[in-house]
Amino acid sequence: MTTEASANPAFARIQAEIDAHPVMLFMKGTAMFPQCGFSARVVQILSHLEVPFHTANVLEDPELRDGIKQFSNWPTIPQLYVKGEFVGGSDIVTEMFQSGELASLFKDKGIPYQDAA
Amino acid sequence: MAMAVSEIEALIKAALPDARVTIEDLAGDGDHYAAMVVSERFRGLSRVAQHQIVYAALRGRMGGELHALALQTMPPE
Repeated sequence: MTTEASANPAFARIQAEIDAHPVMLFMKGTAMFPQCGFSARVVQILSHLEVPFHTANVLEDPELRDGIKQFSNWPTIPQLYVKGEFVGGSDIVTEMFQSGELASLFKDKGIPYQDAA
Repeated sequence: MAMAVSEIEALIKAALPDARVTIEDLAGDGDHYAAMVVSERFRGLSRVAQHQIVYAALRGRMGGELHALALQTMPPE
């Protein structure tokens, strides 16, 4: 972590969130009321797999919204983290879900899920 | 200010000269695209790493000028 990067006040908060929650989704809106199609898609996938997940609404937190993009070197929202590791945005999570990789990731990481497929 | 297909393709090819790039304008508004990028550079890389290479090629436009780019990346067969 470069000194300049660690100076970003949001990084400590982000690290705390992804450490505290095995499945953490930084999104636009909330799980109940997603405010962007890409965020909504990831919520749908996690709900379909019945995976317990925690969300943070970047629309209510500009510092978080910018900080998360530098933290993961990823320019868009949503961003999904599993056991502290960045998994991807809407495209990658969708591709992994369709190929079954997402379910096996949860299995490997010991996260309960229901593979209804 | 939206982006033109040709501009996106040129930026990606500047960073990945061997890339085969196909881009589709999803909404006809120059702001929502789907792109498929095939390049040897992606071999052995995670999807996240592959996409980060494409985002870097777009030099910061991703998420700003370019609101949505549904991305699919892979090495040649």
